[in-house]
Amino acid sequence: MNTEKLLNILRRNARLSNADIATMLGTSEDEVAREIANLEQSGIIMGYSAIINEEKVDENGVTAIIELKITPIKDRGFDDLAHTIMEYEEVDSVFLLSGANDLSVTISGSSLRNVALFVSERLAVLDGVLSTTTHFILRRYKEKHHVFNEDNFDERSMVSP
Amino acid sequence: MDYNKLIPQKIQDIQPSGIRKFFDIAQQVEGVISLSIGEPDFKTPWAARKEAINILEKGKTAYTANSGLMELRRTVCGYLKDFIHTEYNPDNEVIITVGGSEAIDLAVRALIEPGDEVLVPEPSFVCYSPIVAMMGGTAVPIVTHAEDKFRLTASALKEKITDKTKMLVLPYPNNPTGAVMRRADLEAIAEVLRGTNIVVASDEIYAEMTYNGEKHVSIAEMDEMRERTLVISGFSKAYAMTGWRLGYVAGPQPIIKQMLKLHQYCIMSSPTVSQYAAIAAMEKCAEDVRNMVEEYDMRRRLVVKGFNDMGLTCFEPEGAFYVFPCIKSTGMSSAEFCEKLVYDKKVAVVPGSAFGASGEGFVRVSYAYSVAHLTTALTRIREFLEELNK
Repeated sequence: MNTEKLLNILRRNARLSNADIATMLGTSEDEVAREIANLEQSGIIMGYSAIINEEKVDENGVTAIIELKITPIKDRGFDDLAHTIMEYEEVDSVFLLSGANDLSVTISGSSLRNVALFVSERLAVLDGVLSTTTHFILRRYKEKHHVFNEDNFDERSMVSP
Repeated sequence: MDYNKLIPQKIQDIQPSGIRKFFDIAQQVEGVISLSIGEPDFKTPWAARKEAINILEKGKTAYTANSGLMELRRTVCGYLKDFIHTEYNPDNEVIITVGGSEAIDLAVRALIEPGDEVLVPEPSFVCYSPIVAMMGGTAVPIVTHAEDKFRLTASALKEKITDKTKMLVLPYPNNPTGAVMRRADLEAIAEVLRGTNIVVASDEIYAEMTYNGEKHVSIAEMDEMRERTLVISGFSKAYAMTGWRLGYVAGPQPIIKQMLKLHQYCIMSSPTVSQYAAIAAMEKCAEDVRNMVEEYDMRRRLVVKGFNDMGLTCFEPEGAFYVFPCIKSTGMSSAEFCEKLVYDKKVAVVPGSAFGASGEGFVRVSYAYSVAHLTTALTRIREFLEELNK
């Protein structure tokens, strides 16, 4: 079982059946099931989720990437504040960054106003947050290898050798 | 104007490609998903594209030497030495052509005259016979069979050789069947050809795409075969460079010298930017090729199993990126099957009959598509068969 290949398949499409994956990798369905279970247990696979074109679900819905500058705390660095922030239900993801900003927080909300309020009332006021910069996502072009494209364009000619 | 009189009968008699004919039908149906494209779905590896941009920025846009950039010819010869263990002199034993197609055209035009016979294993790619016909030669098909893994056998070859036989086309790994020739198979063919005056046009355009851990072998590697073999290949399939139109032919100097004259008068020199990009492709993109081939291999297994599970028996292809399932169990001809599949389920596959009479009863399915695309198409074909059996 080639774990790297298995992970690559799952990264692109976690909904393929174990039988199909087994065929692709030239192994048995049981073997695939066992390997996936191992990967889940060892915390390599953290979960599965769908890539959803949110604009189509709720056209007023917004997603924003908020970059925070924060003050690290002695011995615990940025972890305390990151943990506080990730507990908020609205927060999709929290990353520690290198460079000018420290944390990147992605949040989704039902309107621009809700997101802006969340930032000003919940994030900006936290102890240790020095500044916030909010970037609203205007359009998704590609996410997790999936291109957000209406017509699934294949530039190849239908007529070819 | 009387165009009928104007245009020689020999030209009028050439049939348009059967692949194209079917697509005129498929294109009229809205929302068709295709499993019929014979080119990679990958983009050209970035290193090759970057080199092309770089060359354009530098303004290197002039013709090259007729036979191609010396640096590319050296690169190709180095590649062939590694890949098929056969040495060619970059000075006079290789020509950089406009795709493998031009190399095939040059080979036939340089060697075939009226009365000559050219042996063409079938099913195979569609271009060989028309070019032979244009030269006044006769293409003699040699039927290959699923039972023989669609390989050319020495006995089938021997049966078709006459004193008029001038050339054997050896199109392996094969489009449309995905068949490959192993060393032992090639040795048997070489044994038949040694001591004859028959030239082998070995079309190895899919040589990088072989599976099951077996590397491609060229007939040029067999004893006494280099002197009677033209190795034809290119960048289109291996490096996903179809639109760059670049291939090559390597062979014995006396034949290459004649082919070069034809190339010089009709092409002058192959596209310069493409040639520079091709150097980068061969020198820097081996890993990209490996990744593409691994991806094709996963899809190949998926598609072969898909067809076998739905009852369309499918010979396990070991090269190229096609599978060639048998549809005889449906009672339809390949053309009927493909037409009905397009109309009923909006899936386009190519009738095997487009690749010679012996392709009847089969269809060609390309797996140069994403897994998601392939699984959707396979589901539709399964439904199609279930509805047929109702």
